[in-house]
Amino acid sequence: MARFSFSRWLGILIKEFIQLRRDRLTFGMIVGIPIIQLMLFGFAINSDPKHLPTAVVMADPGPFSRAWVAAMRNSDYFTIVGSVDERQAAALLDRSEVQFVVTFPPGFNRDLVRGKPPTLLVEADATDPMATGGAISVLNKLGAEVFAPDLPGLRPPAQPLVDLRIHRRYNPEGVTAYNIVPGLMGVILTMTMVLMTGLAMTRERERGTFENLLATPATPLEVMTGKIVPYILIGLIQVTLILLAARWIFDVPMHGNLLLLYGVVLVFICANLTLGITFSSIARNQLQAMQMTFFFFLPSMLLSGFMFPFRGMPEWAQAVGNVLPLTHFLVLVRGILLKGNGIDMLWAQIWPILAFMTGVLTIGLKTFRRTLD
Amino acid sequence: MDELVIDVAGLNKRFGDKHVVRDLGLQVRKGEIYGFLGPNGSGKTTSIRMLCGLLTPDSGSGTCLGLDVLKDSAAIKRQVGYMTQKFSLWDDLSIVENLDFVARMFGMADRREAVDRAIDELGLGGRRKQLAGTLSGGWKQRLALASCLLHRPRLLLLDEPTAGVDPKARRDFWEEIHRLSASGITILVSTHYMDEAERCHRLAYIAYGNLLASGTADEVVANCQLNTWEIAGDGIHGLAGRLRQLPGADLVASFGTTLHVSGTDRPRLAASLQALQKDTGLVVTPVAPSLEDAFIHLMQHTADPLGN
Repeated sequence: MARFSFSRWLGILIKEFIQLRRDRLTFGMIVGIPIIQLMLFGFAINSDPKHLPTAVVMADPGPFSRAWVAAMRNSDYFTIVGSVDERQAAALLDRSEVQFVVTFPPGFNRDLVRGKPPTLLVEADATDPMATGGAISVLNKLGAEVFAPDLPGLRPPAQPLVDLRIHRRYNPEGVTAYNIVPGLMGVILTMTMVLMTGLAMTRERERGTFENLLATPATPLEVMTGKIVPYILIGLIQVTLILLAARWIFDVPMHGNLLLLYGVVLVFICANLTLGITFSSIARNQLQAMQMTFFFFLPSMLLSGFMFPFRGMPEWAQAVGNVLPLTHFLVLVRGILLKGNGIDMLWAQIWPILAFMTGVLTIGLKTFRRTLD
Repeated sequence: MDELVIDVAGLNKRFGDKHVVRDLGLQVRKGEIYGFLGPNGSGKTTSIRMLCGLLTPDSGSGTCLGLDVLKDSAAIKRQVGYMTQKFSLWDDLSIVENLDFVARMFGMADRREAVDRAIDELGLGGRRKQLAGTLSGGWKQRLALASCLLHRPRLLLLDEPTAGVDPKARRDFWEEIHRLSASGITILVSTHYMDEAERCHRLAYIAYGNLLASGTADEVVANCQLNTWEIAGDGIHGLAGRLRQLPGADLVASFGTTLHVSGTDRPRLAASLQALQKDTGLVVTPVAPSLEDAFIHLMQHTADPLGN
């Protein structure tokens, strides 16, 4: 065996560094990714979300119910968004606009004074069990703290002052799989759709076949859409596999219309494919397309509400998350599967995906033609 | 005057601050084989891409097949066959799949027949399902030519079609080119090989974006006004350096066992060589300058403003 030559080894080392520095994008990613992610995720991710939007159904206004609401607000876990009637409250929960609905029954104040524990109904959107856990445990401790100063005659109660009934809506047993499995559908689609189309176009450019394609009368629109459609089919197959697994292996409930779900999936797939195609017309080679995909994929995982509760993030991170199609897709899929939402409740989440798609497509078509010029 | 298939003037193309093609003017007649020569990076590929509508010229005007090169690039593409420098068919498609795809791109009505005929003419009937990526260099080149002839173009643009192909395949290829030319197809071919340049009807020499010479091979040589002597004898290999110092010698090139010395100043170089002959006893014979002498002369007399 030949002797290990230090100078040869050094030569290889130097060449590798020179090449690394030449590839600006790769170099930028190596330096940029850790910094951006540290900042983004270090500050954004919080698994004990506070300030959760809460609606109040007040059938018995009075000093004690007001004190209770104030105490919830003071706990920092709840942000009271307003007083509504029962029907509105149900709709707010369905549309994921609030995390909790607190219903004060008639006679709440009277019963409390009489020492007869009134029922307090708390409905929680438990599609993501992690998002509600902290807040619910706070609720349980609230009773004694709220009323002890106002009812000094009371001994430390043998029984709770308020009969707290917590309904974990949509996912009563708090099964994490109900949340994760539909979410995974979005994550897997994001990953494969963006990556595969990203590579499909850069592969043509890297091998030189793109020039041949451009020399034919094929138009940019024909090339782009022709390349996208096969992946739409692949995406639909993936979704079908995940749905079958969700139904038969994980027992995820399916309350909504499956056809509607496929429609939503189609929109989501298209959004991701346009992004992939755009990446591929910007990237010079397959490696760069891959890096761009990962650069997009990580925030999609972490800031969309897939891994960590969306409402636990600070506002700026929620704003970033709201740009990502996955954020809206998660709400849509959970809405359809777990809550049985219909088409009328979905628009609020669909238009941001369409807006994202339009923006990305505009950039994509602009850069496509310049590829050879 | 014959019908002009390519007639462009003042074509310019810049990439960033690189002026790749400068005021290119080109006239190619119907049915002729037009050789396009020039050093590496001289703008040949860019010029060809502008002619077939792949690139839009920054400025200039002209027609290709009677269509405006600036406005009608889509219509031009339909009637032009463009063979790229690098093999650009799909490695992971078979021969028949590649041809079928190209035929579809050109929207051919008789797709199947055209593909079958092309495969028969190639003599690849038995290997039609072989993946294109597994073909040898010569076969790849023939397949590429067949694919750009599929839609029966009136003009062929061939960008260094024979790079890396063995001499037999090259000769066959040129036979095919001449057959196509005889059938009325116009061919613009770029090359670095002198023997191929001599097979063309007319030539253009481009260097660093400028068109330096054009005409038949004889005209190009004559226009250089070179005078060439062949030097033979023992010990000429160490002599090239000394010859370059001779008054009047512009160009010294090795040709096997002889050296060619050329210069534009005939009396001055003749005197120098006479002295050399006396001095060393080498055999000095005046010869007709070759196309290669002429091109090397042209190349040496153009500075490279791009530094490439």
